Amino acid sequence: MDFGLNDDQRDIQRTARELLADRASPERVRESAEAGRHDDGLWTELSELGWPGIAVSEEHGGQGLGVVELAILSEELGRTVAPVPFLPSAMAAAIIQAAGSDDQRARWLPGLAAGELVGAVAEAHDGVAGLVPSAADAGVLVLVEPDGVRVIARGEADVEPLASIDPTRPAARVAAASGAGQALGGDTDAAVQRALVAVSAELVGVCSRALDMTVDYVKERKQFGTPVGAFQAVSHRCAEMLLETEIARAATAEAAWTADADPSRLAQCAAQAKATASDAGRSVTASAIQAHGGIGFTWEADVHWLYKRAQVDAALLGGAKEHRARLARIVGEKAAVGATA
Amino acid sequence: MDLTFSDDELAFRDEFRSWLAENPPPPDPGDEDATRNAWRSAWQRQLYEGGWAAPAWPAEYGGRGATLTQSAIYFEELGRARVPLPVNVLGILLGGPTLMVWGTDEQKERYLAPILSAEEIWCQGFSEPDAGSDLASLKTRAVKDGDGWLVTGQKVWTSAAQYSKWCMLVARTDVDAPKHKGLTYFLMDMEQDEVQVRPLRQITGEAEFNELFIENGRIPDENVVGGVGDGWKVALTTLMNERAGLGFTLQIRLRQILDDVIAAAAERELLDDPRYADELAELHARCEAIRLMAWKGLTDTERYGQPGPEGSLVKWLWSDTNQRVTQLAADVVGPEALTAGTLWSYELLRARGNSIEGGTTEILKNIVAERVLGLPRLKAAA
Repeated sequence: MDFGLNDDQRDIQRTARELLADRASPERVRESAEAGRHDDGLWTELSELGWPGIAVSEEHGGQGLGVVELAILSEELGRTVAPVPFLPSAMAAAIIQAAGSDDQRARWLPGLAAGELVGAVAEAHDGVAGLVPSAADAGVLVLVEPDGVRVIARGEADVEPLASIDPTRPAARVAAASGAGQALGGDTDAAVQRALVAVSAELVGVCSRALDMTVDYVKERKQFGTPVGAFQAVSHRCAEMLLETEIARAATAEAAWTADADPSRLAQCAAQAKATASDAGRSVTASAIQAHGGIGFTWEADVHWLYKRAQVDAALLGGAKEHRARLARIVGEKAAVGATA
Repeated sequence: MDLTFSDDELAFRDEFRSWLAENPPPPDPGDEDATRNAWRSAWQRQLYEGGWAAPAWPAEYGGRGATLTQSAIYFEELGRARVPLPVNVLGILLGGPTLMVWGTDEQKERYLAPILSAEEIWCQGFSEPDAGSDLASLKTRAVKDGDGWLVTGQKVWTSAAQYSKWCMLVARTDVDAPKHKGLTYFLMDMEQDEVQVRPLRQITGEAEFNELFIENGRIPDENVVGGVGDGWKVALTTLMNERAGLGFTLQIRLRQILDDVIAAAAERELLDDPRYADELAELHARCEAIRLMAWKGLTDTERYGQPGPEGSLVKWLWSDTNQRVTQLAADVVGPEALTAGTLWSYELLRARGNSIEGGTTEILKNIVAERVLGLPRLKAAA
């Protein structure tokens, strides 16, 4: 058993972290966030490096790598709250790649892989998705609906930009008439589960950064003549943040690995990943604000961007409760056939 | 990444699994302490004769030289088969490995074999009434007397003391030295009148643990382990071994209890009831996280020589999850779960000890905060 990354994967991780430390610095994130725009320069740069096509087949202009690699990039981009439509686009590509027809793949994947086309994904009911991250700039929309998944060109849907609490991914309300776009004919459940792994990985990155910022802060901030991080009320909160982050990290790593290597377990593992990562995302970033004290509640401190990204990601493609309900059904079915661990 | 066992590991697992299937322990004699202990001793002898008492020990001492992963598989399989751990688990996991590091050749020759065969049971005399989480503040004294030592003091939470021949005893041999420096690690013969064992009845009603009252207990010089004054270092070796391995059995047992709760919920048609389904699913995900984190901690150590933060987190998460699972069982099963003597009520009560034994959750949070996150330590009150 080996939970480590291989050399190539470690290279991807290191390169991403180094690049983003510079290109998605807190100052640049704030600039985009306050302008309510994607960072187009950064997106162009990442696209030239082939990031949006990381898990798209080479046939369609991607790098042909797996969900593990997709998760590595998602986590690093989450760490920096990078103001780019990577996650929405990569999820759209992953879903079309996994469940689309040859024609659908040929139509959408090359543009998504090249970063020339932005994708966006959301759950929709009666053709309506209330807040879709990055949809304001999207050229293609993937709607996950109770009876299937369809891919819709922007022009075929009603896309109405709206202000999200996370301004780093300009959002929109999307409404599509029944019959608009094309249904995906493949295994859409498995396709969406691959997207869930990517969101979970982004949440793990967000949590991990929130914890790092908090630890740095509570080591520095002094009250009563001592760093506040020495008080157990504070240090135990930090330990709990680490625990929740590591639970989500473990579940997400397993889900990413099963997507590539053991798809029969993906449904269960993806539900575990999204449930634990959504919970961790909310609680860890909330704790980060609390542990920063008054400064954490100000617009000036950067910790709120993490909280806002975590909130939107936690709700994306179903929150923790929805995925726990799925997990309970899967576990219940297993119990019914008498299978045990 | 590869979350599967290697062929060698699978072969090891299958070999032990089939051995267990072919050599099940004799039927459980019930809950009377002494017969239960005899039964567990017989079970260890059976494991010993099959070569399965301590696979992690080197072959020269009667083990199989198993890797960390194989050893963890061994403990998972014991749990999965729902058979008891070897009765001398403290000797096998703590005492033997400590002697292998710190013992003299004579000590290894004398003590290791009877640990494996369960001829001599071992117990651990570390904690005291006033030295729990702050172990180094222990007060039991050992005073030089001729070619040996006279020990006086009190120990507590000593499992298996009533059946033990040897006690891993840490005592203060230099009262003037700083608290971590004046300690010595001894092997104390339990078969002497100067050592009195009193069972400590716990909230479950049973007595897994004991108090030891020692009044001028005799220990010869050759029973010092690792040198006079080096007791803290030797004790740390013992403590480092405390959570390895065993955790894999506990992790599987937790999973089995959760499976039982899920089955009980299914029987009562509660799995579709969101009040239960939501928490059962959360606990299921946490159990899976425990398994993954336990394996990640172990395999990272094995492969990269560097454990991640998991080691400090798994025991905390396990105890918390076990408490929640056994508590939820009371809701799923209803008030009859609280009937004394049932498995449900036993597990519910026993689980309260989980977050105290082997490092309280509060201490584990301190360890995570200080050693993993690097937060400053609050100066203890004078």
